[in-house]
Amino acid sequence: MSIERVTDEGMDTAEAIDDLTGDERQALEHRETVQEIAPATAAAVPLKRRRSRGGGIANWGPPIAVAILIVGLWYLVGLIDPSKSFLLPPPHEVFAVYLDPKIAPDIYEALWNTAVVALTGLAIAIVVGIVWAVAMNQAKWVERSLYPYAVILQTIPILALVPLIGFWFGFDFTARVIVAVLIGLFPMVSNTLFGLQSVDASQRELFKLQQASPWIMLKKLQFPAALPAIFAGMRISAGLALVGAIVGDFFFQRGTPGIGALISKYQSRLNAEPLFASIILASLFGVVVFWFFGWLGKRVVGKWYDFA
Amino acid sequence: MAMTDSAPATTSTLLDFQNVQLTYPNGTIALSGVDLTVRRGEFVTVVGPSGCGKSTLLRIASGLEVSSEGISTVNTKRVGYVFQDATLLPWRNVRANVELLAELQWDTQAVRREKAQKAIDLVGLTGFEKHLPRQLSGGMRMRTSLARSLTLDPELFLFDEPFGALDEITREYLNDELLKLFVEQQFAGLFITHSVSEAVYLSTKVMVMSGRPGRIVDTFDVPFPMPRDPDIRYTGEFAALVGEVSHALREGHGA
Ligand SMILES: Nc1ncnc2c1ncn2[C@@H]1O[C@H](COP(=O)(O)OP(=O)(O)OP(=O)(O)O)[C@@H](O)[C@H]1O
Ligand SMILES: [Mg+2]
Repeated sequence: MSIERVTDEGMDTAEAIDDLTGDERQALEHRETVQEIAPATAAAVPLKRRRSRGGGIANWGPPIAVAILIVGLWYLVGLIDPSKSFLLPPPHEVFAVYLDPKIAPDIYEALWNTAVVALTGLAIAIVVGIVWAVAMNQAKWVERSLYPYAVILQTIPILALVPLIGFWFGFDFTARVIVAVLIGLFPMVSNTLFGLQSVDASQRELFKLQQASPWIMLKKLQFPAALPAIFAGMRISAGLALVGAIVGDFFFQRGTPGIGALISKYQSRLNAEPLFASIILASLFGVVVFWFFGWLGKRVVGKWYDFA
Repeated sequence: MAMTDSAPATTSTLLDFQNVQLTYPNGTIALSGVDLTVRRGEFVTVVGPSGCGKSTLLRIASGLEVSSEGISTVNTKRVGYVFQDATLLPWRNVRANVELLAELQWDTQAVRREKAQKAIDLVGLTGFEKHLPRQLSGGMRMRTSLARSLTLDPELFLFDEPFGALDEITREYLNDELLKLFVEQQFAGLFITHSVSEAVYLSTKVMVMSGRPGRIVDTFDVPFPMPRDPDIRYTGEFAALVGEVSHALREGHGA
């Protein structure tokens, strides 16, 4: 009876071989199945190519179209009330600033100074954030003791704190870097911690079964597993560190002031063209930094992780 | 009825559970009064409904969990453990994944390479050393996982539903591969599965578990000789034994 059941199941593929007895047919059919499967399994899935990256009109077209749209709207708004053009100068006058030998060098130099502050702050935020998260990952009690302070970093009214930082650390480079670090730190802490804790329980057990030390576990399992989240964190922190550096410029104008200082100068003089030119340039720099960390993340983990 | 295996523990006994009980911290009694022995040359399979404590059994055998009562003895240091999912590290290619355990044992690079290559050849993944897990089919990932454990040259091999997530055809194929390894490599096996026919096909002994609390309700010796002919699955004796085990499973479940 049970043989009949088994035979029935195999029926659809065994139709061609009806002059054999049930058992023989089963045997033959099964052997065929295995032979069919064996090479299929061994020859396996071809190396899947990742989606072609970068380049091409499909990638650059849409953002450029949006840029054109924005510039168009900008002109339109200017037409509504031409008497206010000192508040919103037309785009071509703003872009002309980048070539103006009297103003442009100031802007570029200021951006460079801000970039140095932002990148220094970012580097510190990355190191401190990762160390902070790794420490919290070592034991629940460490996490419970330190996490609230990471959250406070995020919620503290940083603008209220900034003047104090000036009193404590002076009004130049150091103070500006500290502001950049404070603003950029939280995403590094939270993303790294999330990444470290994303490891499967069974993967941890795999290591535990070999008596792997916590350090080995961190090095060979948790840290590599956390890399995608860490790179995502760097991208966010990079933008924030830049904001921090500009905020610092507003408050601390000693030493070599950055683009924030320039912006506040143009603001007070109602110097609209260089003001807009500076703001746009600072934003573009942020985009470049964001893009760079996306690229770096893809380079490092793109092989095994679909880094967005 | 729990069948007590009263044979004395000898050196050929690799795993011995006597009256093992495990209560999780939250009060769940996962196992109660389990007696189980795995000797050299044996391939023991445990079938049981979901949640009856099968994984817990393996976790105790591997040392990941300590029994709350009873005695569990493992008489070898070379224990392989294959998890339900392949648990490969996605950033390591097949070779690096297979080398992992040897790496954690601080073997030298040359030794690691050699062990890994041998295991990769054994599971039929030769030529795929450079592939990343995401480029492999589910069956090949499982083989990689199998190869990784093989590098330990285990005397006792624990399997927690390793083929549960695979399709029937791949599963049958890997069953044959596993039996071939069992005969060649001479490890003793303790294999967990949901599938009664897989259990009967693979093992020398089938144990039926029932849940709440988890216990062994029946034991069947499988008389078919090793190495096993794949076609045995289509014989009357095989079907009859599958029927008996299924019956015991259903009774245990209803109880
Ligand atoms: N860490 C834990 N804490 C508390 N209860 C647990 C824990 N692990 C498992 N359990 C419970 O113990 C029982 C047995 O779990 P176990 O994982 O051993 O079952 P299983 O037979 O392997 O199930 P499945 O077939 O679904 O894998 C279940 O009721 C489960 O909910
Ligand atoms: Mg389980």
